[in-house]
Amino acid sequence: MTMAEGAAPPVVAEVRPAVGSDRPTRAGSGWGRRVLTAVAVLAYLWLFLPILNIVVFTFNDPAGKYNLSWERFTLENWAEPFKDAQLTEAFWRSLVVAAVAVAVALAMGSLIAIALSRYRFTGNKVTEVFLVLPLTTPEIVLGASLYQLFLGRGVVLGQVTVIIAHIMFLVSFVAMTVKARVRGFDWTVEDAAMDLGARPLRVFWKVTFPLILPGILAAALLSFALSLDDYIVTDFTRGEFTTFPIQVNNAFRVSFPPQVNVLATLILVVTLILFTIGPLSQRRRGAAAG
Amino acid sequence: MAAATTDDTGLRRGRFAPYGLLSPGIIWLLVFFLVPVVMLVRASLSTKPSRFAEPVFSWDFSNYGSALSEYSDEFIRSFLYAGTATVLAILIGYPLAYWIATCGGRWKNFLIGLVVVPFFTSYLIRTIAWTSILQDDGVVTGLYRLLPWVGSDGRILATPMAVIGGLTYNFISFMILPIYVSLEKIDFRLTEAAADLGCTPWRAFRKVVLPLSLPGIFAGSLLVFIPAAGDYLNARYLGSPQTSMIGTVVQNKFLVQFDYPQAAALSLVLMVIITVLVLIYSKFLGTEGLAV
Repeated sequence: MTMAEGAAPPVVAEVRPAVGSDRPTRAGSGWGRRVLTAVAVLAYLWLFLPILNIVVFTFNDPAGKYNLSWERFTLENWAEPFKDAQLTEAFWRSLVVAAVAVAVALAMGSLIAIALSRYRFTGNKVTEVFLVLPLTTPEIVLGASLYQLFLGRGVVLGQVTVIIAHIMFLVSFVAMTVKARVRGFDWTVEDAAMDLGARPLRVFWKVTFPLILPGILAAALLSFALSLDDYIVTDFTRGEFTTFPIQVNNAFRVSFPPQVNVLATLILVVTLILFTIGPLSQRRRGAAAG
Repeated sequence: MAAATTDDTGLRRGRFAPYGLLSPGIIWLLVFFLVPVVMLVRASLSTKPSRFAEPVFSWDFSNYGSALSEYSDEFIRSFLYAGTATVLAILIGYPLAYWIATCGGRWKNFLIGLVVVPFFTSYLIRTIAWTSILQDDGVVTGLYRLLPWVGSDGRILATPMAVIGGLTYNFISFMILPIYVSLEKIDFRLTEAAADLGCTPWRAFRKVVLPLSLPGIFAGSLLVFIPAAGDYLNARYLGSPQTSMIGTVVQNKFLVQFDYPQAAALSLVLMVIITVLVLIYSKFLGTEGLAV
């Protein structure tokens, strides 16, 4: 970062960066900028304080059943990340729920996004408002209403109902995220492909799909995280079925083992890796295309 | 596909294709979102004579009256805590988003990514981590007790302060991202134009940048306020029985006491208040900004 030029007085003749360029723009006077930077640094520290706590406590050897106060350093927890059987099973169950729910929601949500951004049809506006509602309804209402539905129909709560619920709140999310990324996209390239003799299905896989793929990948990553993390809706639709967060909560009455921190850290590291790989591969594709 | 024609914007007029694409997802949402909410309305108007009896539908509006009168404290607390958390999220999130947008340079994407990273550890575990950080014999509480108006037995944990702090922390990324997106759209040469015309930097910010970033602030406020108002985990872990929120009551009534009619009424009141806020929002600013 080039912080040095923050102190420079405003010079009218200096080369002005274009909108959206990577060059830093001036943010007021030198003092204002210094205060702003200080606030930003403090905000980052605050954002990462609990994360630091979680990671540091993976190396703690707690005195009792609760890994909340620092005792002494140990590497034992990392040697046995899957020591707590119930926790580990719940962890895998969470991954399975997320994988299935995300796969279904991605298909349904992307199709909605394509329909909304490519076609003009009656009911367009109503559909858009309807899509936002699940996102703006408090989770507790989503959970409570599904609980009513399943109970009223005599459906046994468990893995299936949890997956159904997760798909429900992910569909809207995927549709909105993909739609935001394909906005302004020139759909006439599809006509061009068809004029050149490609069949509709081939047009989809060869032209449309690669173009919306970055949006779908972003949506996939975020919705996987949302599903993995969900507590409230899951709490209402699970019956005796437990996911990772539910298991952590239920066990908290008697214990909070360091393995919770280890598994949470593992999730964090994996998502971090995916986040670094994602943009990199996209950049390569971009470089190859143009 | 054959029925589709393309006009000069590239948007197609479809007769059947759009509905075909929409139907799987929309049907799912109708069955598992709209129908359940309608059933929740029905349940809220039912009577349940005893704890283990089936609720009977009877246009019984008394659930609403008793829900509001018995749990007014929890409602007020929920909206007060969620409102305070929203304001705090603006006060912390706006400067951060502004700093990234104006000073980030070529690190912008990295810096905004850094904002999201903490939210990829479990929400529940983050909240539990705060109980560890804020515990009574911890460093943070130790420093807090040095403040002149706080006694040596001052606590952060189990106070409204901890609950509001947790809510702010857990949902702040929903504030930072929309604000950042709206700031990114601003042509910052406008502030230079304002400066050339004799504006002080602060005045240029207030008159030019702030109004242009308002859609981001509004979207962020909704995205923080809604989950915060319905939350019960922050109150459970960081609060005390005196800080229970409406989510606590709804969860308890549904899953512990099986008092469905009143629980349904309580959650619908929450939903109606929030839906009104959302409709007002989308009337003025559209639904686009709500997609993160």
